Amino acid sequence: MPIRAVAEEAYREALGILVLSAAASVFSGLVLGGMEHELTVVPGLLTVVPALLATRGSVYGSLGARLATGLHQGLVDPELSVPDRRVRSAVAAAMLNGVVISAVAAVAGYAIREALGLAVAPLAALLIVALVAGVLSGAGLTLVVIVTVFVGFRRGLNPDALAGPVVTTTGDVIGIATMLAGARLAIAAGVV
Amino acid sequence: MPEEWSVRGIVAATFPLLAVLTVVELWGGLVLDGSRAVLTQYPTLLTLVPGIIAVAGNLGSVLASRLSTAFHLGTLAFAPTDDELAGNAAATLALAATLFPAVGAGAWVARYALGDVALGLGTVVFIAAASGLLLAVVAVAIAASATYAAFQLQLDPDDVVVPVVTTTCDVLGVVVFLLVVGATV
Repeated sequence: MPIRAVAEEAYREALGILVLSAAASVFSGLVLGGMEHELTVVPGLLTVVPALLATRGSVYGSLGARLATGLHQGLVDPELSVPDRRVRSAVAAAMLNGVVISAVAAVAGYAIREALGLAVAPLAALLIVALVAGVLSGAGLTLVVIVTVFVGFRRGLNPDALAGPVVTTTGDVIGIATMLAGARLAIAAGVV
Repeated sequence: MPEEWSVRGIVAATFPLLAVLTVVELWGGLVLDGSRAVLTQYPTLLTLVPGIIAVAGNLGSVLASRLSTAFHLGTLAFAPTDDELAGNAAATLALAATLFPAVGAGAWVARYALGDVALGLGTVVFIAAASGLLLAVVAVAIAASATYAAFQLQLDPDDVVVPVVTTTCDVLGVVVFLLVVGATV
């Protein structure tokens, strides 16, 4: 294919989902932009924001991709009321990954800032943020991923095409909003 | 993928990559936190951050995924004159030119609606557009070299290139954005 045709096809195929994701990211940005107070009161919080968001995307994007593959292979029933054993294992693994890696990000972020002699909130404060965000956003994203992938599949849509976009559009909003909840809890609890 | 899905198996397969990802993203977070003063002084810039990271990471991952597929299909050669490579590079630049100014304008409008007029629309759109175009060039270079490296090392680019490129673009998104902010504000 000539360069122009390749470029036009690549542009057209990607634009829709990228616009959707960009629009959702402006909403996440608004929540983050309203967090000036928390970011100042909990030094080090901004350090862990990209790590918490990125791992959220990979963990629950991967859950969606796994469920989509399972549906295609006929290994998984798109049943919302009584999820089968494979779905329960996949969800448990994703939640475990998501919560543990959030705690790892908090501890590592704390350790790095401490080692570099930078101002940092007590480890407990960062851990509260990471765990609250890890658990709440994990529960929220699991629900969003399962419902979209299963309902989409039952309506004849390709779940592979749904899982990624759903996580990229909702992941950051849910991730930042739950981090804000965690930061407010840590501040209210008097940890910082 | 094994048909028996066990919690242990899934965690063992995915956690190591997550840990590496976390360390790299923390570096981006440190850079971001280093500019906390200017970001909290102008919350519109803070509002831009998730958009810059998301669009940069998405552009990198779409490009990497397309290059991997093209190489699997045998339609890609690693030369600047290659149609597939040049066409995808051009599409990435065009997507960046479309999306980043829109993110800038969207963030500005949203903050303006909240009564924040500290930065002008032109400044915010310029920061988003300039960061975006620089990032698009960086994303092309990284996606092409990571795909090339994966084939040299005989790794499946679908497994390796997408997470590596997405993470690198996330972090470089922050770095380039803050460089542009530093030069503008």
